[in-house]
Amino acid sequence: MDLISAKQLGAGIAVIALAGVGVGIGNIFAALVNSVARNPAARDNVFGLAILGFALTEAVALYALVIAFIILFV
Amino acid sequence: MASESGGSIDAMGQFKLTTAFGEPGASVYFTQSNVMMLVACVLILGTLVIGMRRRAMVPGRLQSLAELAYTGVLGMCENTIGHGGRKFFPFVFTLFAFILLGNLLGVFPLFFTFTSHIAVTLALTVLVFVMTTVVGIWMHGFHFFSYFVPQGVPKVLLPLLVPIEILSYLSRLISLSVRLFANMMAGHVMLEVFGAFVVMLGAAGLVGWLPAAVSLGVNVLLIGFEFLVAVLQAYVFAILTCIYLHDAVHLH
Repeated sequence: MDLISAKQLGAGIAVIALAGVGVGIGNIFAALVNSVARNPAARDNVFGLAILGFALTEAVALYALVIAFIILFV
Repeated sequence: MASESGGSIDAMGQFKLTTAFGEPGASVYFTQSNVMMLVACVLILGTLVIGMRRRAMVPGRLQSLAELAYTGVLGMCENTIGHGGRKFFPFVFTLFAFILLGNLLGVFPLFFTFTSHIAVTLALTVLVFVMTTVVGIWMHGFHFFSYFVPQGVPKVLLPLLVPIEILSYLSRLISLSVRLFANMMAGHVMLEVFGAFVVMLGAAGLVGWLPAAVSLGVNVLLIGFEFLVAVLQAYVFAILTCIYLHDAVHLH
């Protein structure tokens, strides 16, 4: 296997982490929908927390993406 | 924006630094990134100073903007840091405004995103890290190091847990800086890739026009998404700073 194919395979493997992030973000918003359905008055408080959790989880996806970019371009 | 060479997409070329202001700028490595930082500072100061100059009872547009940002960050400080949070408001507000402007300016064409460089975000993170540690030691003295000893766990586990706590404390440096940098970089690379798709497919003739139009539509949506991410990441950086300051002030 030459270097370029190995790099591209490696980048593909690196973004497998996105599967976990998908589950995580799905969980966050499922919990948000649940809690708002149970107590609509809490929406404003809970929404900020959900967005914070979303941003923190999304960051994990971007770490994987950065690894993929580093493999591909650097 | 879309620069292609030999069929491959040059996604990283947009982050290349070039010196500004000719010879004198080049001699001190004054890059376009630094120019954007100055523009951001001028915009922040301009909004706050000009907006608040009239001190109207019924605020105009600029004054509303300044007041909204001020009260928003102040509320975040007081709610998150808790007792004594007001003291840290200037620090958090400066960080928030600087990062927000850096992220937002980058979305506009021909502008440069200075937060898409790890050097910039790491410097900001080191500032936050040193600040929180110094605040913790200043307020609690040697007692600050009890932060690394979790309460209510069996003594046997401490040799395992204390290194983990210290490691997680140190890893804030990486997580905070890489989060901001990766968000901004990944967003701009995505814009670049879809922009290159439009050019490549559009050049392929009649067959490529529909996919090219779809890519263009995706790019428009992505720019909207980038605005959301820009605000969100500035907010996340500021609120994480507040959470770290809360840990330093209250220990647990």
